[in-house]
Amino acid sequence: MTATLFAVQVLNGLQLGVLLFLVAAGLTLVFGVMDFINLAHGVQYMLGAYLAVTFYGLTGNFFATVVLALAAALVLGLVLEVLVFRHFYDRDHLDQVLATFGVILFLNEGVRIVWGASPLSYPGPEILQGAIPVMDGFGYPVYRIALIVAGLICAAGLWLVVARTKVGMLIRAGAANPAMLSALGVNVRQLFMVVFGFGAMLAGFAGVMAGPIFSVEPGMGDGVLILAFVVIVIGGIGSIRGAFLAALLVGLVDTLGRSFMTDIFKLFLEPSAANQVGPAIASMLIYVLMAGVLFFRPTGLFPAPGRA
Amino acid sequence: MRDLLTRERLITAALLTVFALLPPVAEAFGQGYLTNVASRVMIYAIAALSLDLILGYGAMVSFGHAAFIGIGAYAVGISAEHNLWEGTLTIPMAMAAAGLFALATGAISLRTRGVYFIMITLAFGQMAYYTASSLSAYGGDDGLTIWGRSEVLGNPVLEDDTALYFFVLICLALCWWVASRVVGSRFGRVIAGVRENRARMSAVGFDAYRHQLVAYVLAGMMAGLAGALLANHAEFVSPAYMSWQRSGDLIIMVVLGGMGSLYGAVLGAVAYLALEDVLAGFTEHWRVIFGPLLILIVLYARGGLARAFRREGPSREGRDG
Amino acid sequence: MGRGIKALALAAGMTVAGALGAAQAAEPLKIGMMVTLSGPPAVLGNHIRDGFQLFVDENGGKLGGRDVEMIVVDDELKPDVALTKVKELLERDKVDFVAGIVFSNILQAVFRPVTESETFLIGANAGTSTFAGRGCNKYFFSTSWQNDQIHEVMGKYAQEKGFKKVFLMAPNYQAGKDSINGFKRYYEGEVVDEVYTKLGNLDFSAELAKIAAAKPDAMFTFMPGGMGVNLVRQFNQAGLADSVTFLSAFTVDGTTLPATKDAALGLFSSSQWTPDMDNEANKKFVTAYEAKYDSVPSLYSSQGYDAAQLIDSAVAAVGGDLSDKDAVIAALKKADFASVRGDFKFNNNHFPIQDFYLVKAVKRDDGAYHTTVVEKVFDDYGDVHAKDCRME
Repeated sequence: MTATLFAVQVLNGLQLGVLLFLVAAGLTLVFGVMDFINLAHGVQYMLGAYLAVTFYGLTGNFFATVVLALAAALVLGLVLEVLVFRHFYDRDHLDQVLATFGVILFLNEGVRIVWGASPLSYPGPEILQGAIPVMDGFGYPVYRIALIVAGLICAAGLWLVVARTKVGMLIRAGAANPAMLSALGVNVRQLFMVVFGFGAMLAGFAGVMAGPIFSVEPGMGDGVLILAFVVIVIGGIGSIRGAFLAALLVGLVDTLGRSFMTDIFKLFLEPSAANQVGPAIASMLIYVLMAGVLFFRPTGLFPAPGRA
Repeated sequence: MRDLLTRERLITAALLTVFALLPPVAEAFGQGYLTNVASRVMIYAIAALSLDLILGYGAMVSFGHAAFIGIGAYAVGISAEHNLWEGTLTIPMAMAAAGLFALATGAISLRTRGVYFIMITLAFGQMAYYTASSLSAYGGDDGLTIWGRSEVLGNPVLEDDTALYFFVLICLALCWWVASRVVGSRFGRVIAGVRENRARMSAVGFDAYRHQLVAYVLAGMMAGLAGALLANHAEFVSPAYMSWQRSGDLIIMVVLGGMGSLYGAVLGAVAYLALEDVLAGFTEHWRVIFGPLLILIVLYARGGLARAFRREGPSREGRDG
Repeated sequence: MGRGIKALALAAGMTVAGALGAAQAAEPLKIGMMVTLSGPPAVLGNHIRDGFQLFVDENGGKLGGRDVEMIVVDDELKPDVALTKVKELLERDKVDFVAGIVFSNILQAVFRPVTESETFLIGANAGTSTFAGRGCNKYFFSTSWQNDQIHEVMGKYAQEKGFKKVFLMAPNYQAGKDSINGFKRYYEGEVVDEVYTKLGNLDFSAELAKIAAAKPDAMFTFMPGGMGVNLVRQFNQAGLADSVTFLSAFTVDGTTLPATKDAALGLFSSSQWTPDMDNEANKKFVTAYEAKYDSVPSLYSSQGYDAAQLIDSAVAAVGGDLSDKDAVIAALKKADFASVRGDFKFNNNHFPIQDFYLVKAVKRDDGAYHTTVVEKVFDDYGDVHAKDCRME
């Protein structure tokens, strides 16, 4: 029984990790290649979900929604790049923080004006409805398993692109030494747009996929953004492999912590005390993890080569 | 350089004078509530000043700075809950508590640089936040109402809003003075030197880590003071004071005002809070205006608001990473 | 320098102009509506404000015969922001009433300045135990409930229904803990586990797996806003609805139903009001609300509407003259209006004595979702803290 429960929690952790990876991948690439801190990456996740709400309302078909929302997320991402981000590539990190923070404020409020403040939702596809029974009266939703699979496919695809293609080579080169890259005559601006659009699409995809499980509401990207930052910092900035492993680690630690921390404390504390301490510790567990990792490895687990 | 220094002094004196004249003027125009608003602005100015000290001069971007404010505020709140109202005790206690937290977390955080430093300070900030949220004896997430303000040598003089205002103003002026002394000292130049070229500073025999840690603790204590004042002003403490959004707000204030000039931090705090207040008065959706406004400010007012007061400034220093 | 400074100067100029303008027009009845309009919980604030505004509009822009000037402020769910803004309402705008207040921590922050300035505070949602008991105040009236009551309804129902094992879950903050305590006040069966989740938690898969493993007869939860939407949908997706009875407070209501849709059908909640309650005032309210805002009102909207009705009744009773504060308090205390929830009178602590119901989510013929009464659980029920209130 406990083993089943544990297995289910591991699946849940993986699923959170996969979702985090989709957001973190774009963030770490944009950061690693372009040396650009994009706080607005979280709102791109939110936009993906909101666009999906609209397209689902129009088409009523989940798969059409995914395609349309991805295209729209890409377009919006590029529009933002041209309008705002592009002007800040050669600025100070803090200028970038301030500008992208402005974008967050604008878009969070913007969706509230367009879609309203109430939480919204849309269902997953018909064929992924239902649950696989794992214990009495409790099934693991098929959709969540599909999400894990989709995330893993994305991760594999991303790895292939980065490790095996010419663009990937440039991206890796950019992460290691951007100055050298432009000295070699690579059109860095174009590369930046590709990376940026790609990142925006991945975040949007995460948002679209998250919609059927989570509620779609203004500000839903803010918490995800912070977690994604935790992920890329643990993983090492610019490293896709690091982001992937760190995302799974964070997903697992957070989920398992939430499920079992209070029980662990109950072993040696009064139940009421455990109920007070357990959830507090569980909430801060990933931050403890991050602080711990950075204590021993100040540049994360897999720092991109060439970056100190 | 000398010219810049006197200019800085002039602007500082002007800003402090404006603050000093505000209550009687506001009163004369029947806008007494402004005193209250301005107290809060000055408290945040102290916090922004403390952040500027490490961020602007030392390139240490603390994303957990709100934790120091919160710890300072809780020190006052928890003391009051145990019937300790003496400000000459509780305010130093608040500063000491925040300073100790800065010492412990800074010792670990300062091993990292750049974005890693930003994130590890965030981590400690979040730990403080969740700890405060779980203190159910002191209100937990709802926060703790303080039924009164700190006393000064047994005298409840701060109960009066105007008295509190001037008390905050004195604290602000003191912090400003301390900060400018630090910045101008040899110690301050070492901190700035480490920002520019850490290896060189180490090579000539300065212990960069230790210098940075001292600056970090000093900034933490100053933010703790801001927290103690905030608790007195609001007569309420809450974990919300420590949330990462608050830390973000402080960074925005400092960057908005212009890093590396002390009055910039104060200007930034004033501008940020005033804009927020004014825009919110127009429309419920004020962030739609505020967001693009921020972008435009960064785009066109490079170097922040403080820059507007300089004829020409040095170009922005290198990246924080 | 550029636009930043100019904007500042402009903005500063406008505040002064605005403040002067406000000082000149002194006649209308001024109401400071303080609600949360930022972040995910903004929907609650919107509903309260909309409900309040609806009654004012229906009444020709007047309350108690006086023109109304409503100043809506957003507390941003930050206690210190709320405090600054409420002081502006009191000292700059010199409002006659402060109304609204969605969250307990905001009420904690503003309660003292409002009541100490002898301004009437009409709470339209948060009902913290402190202010129902020891900390009650003659200037404070609530048109909602005392927090514990809603949870007690569920505890009492679980007890009466004979559920042997119940699983409890709430967010890890004060209201969450109060919720669990409120439930346990009447429930005497076995609590298989008490789980506190992170505030703002979105993924309940870990908790749901625990629930499935614990095999309770029922679960009780308090998950307002987006958290509730997620929980309900994930509960449904996991297929737990067949084996575990879902009891909740502030989780299945008019703010979450548009998002949970079918997933919430048949799930239980507790409330003092539902949109289909059969009384004149309510029919009028619901019809007008749906016509104006194109959505089904929630209990929050109803509380906002009743807050406006309460102010209307009291201002009318004193003939629009608010100078005798005790007379106004006496008039408020009478609660001389037709509440949309039916029976309504004030207890000694100025919280309502009212009926509480077990309600469940249903789908209307036109496809809209709402809650409907299943059975009455408490009749004319006052809260347990009232005895600690030392007010006449």
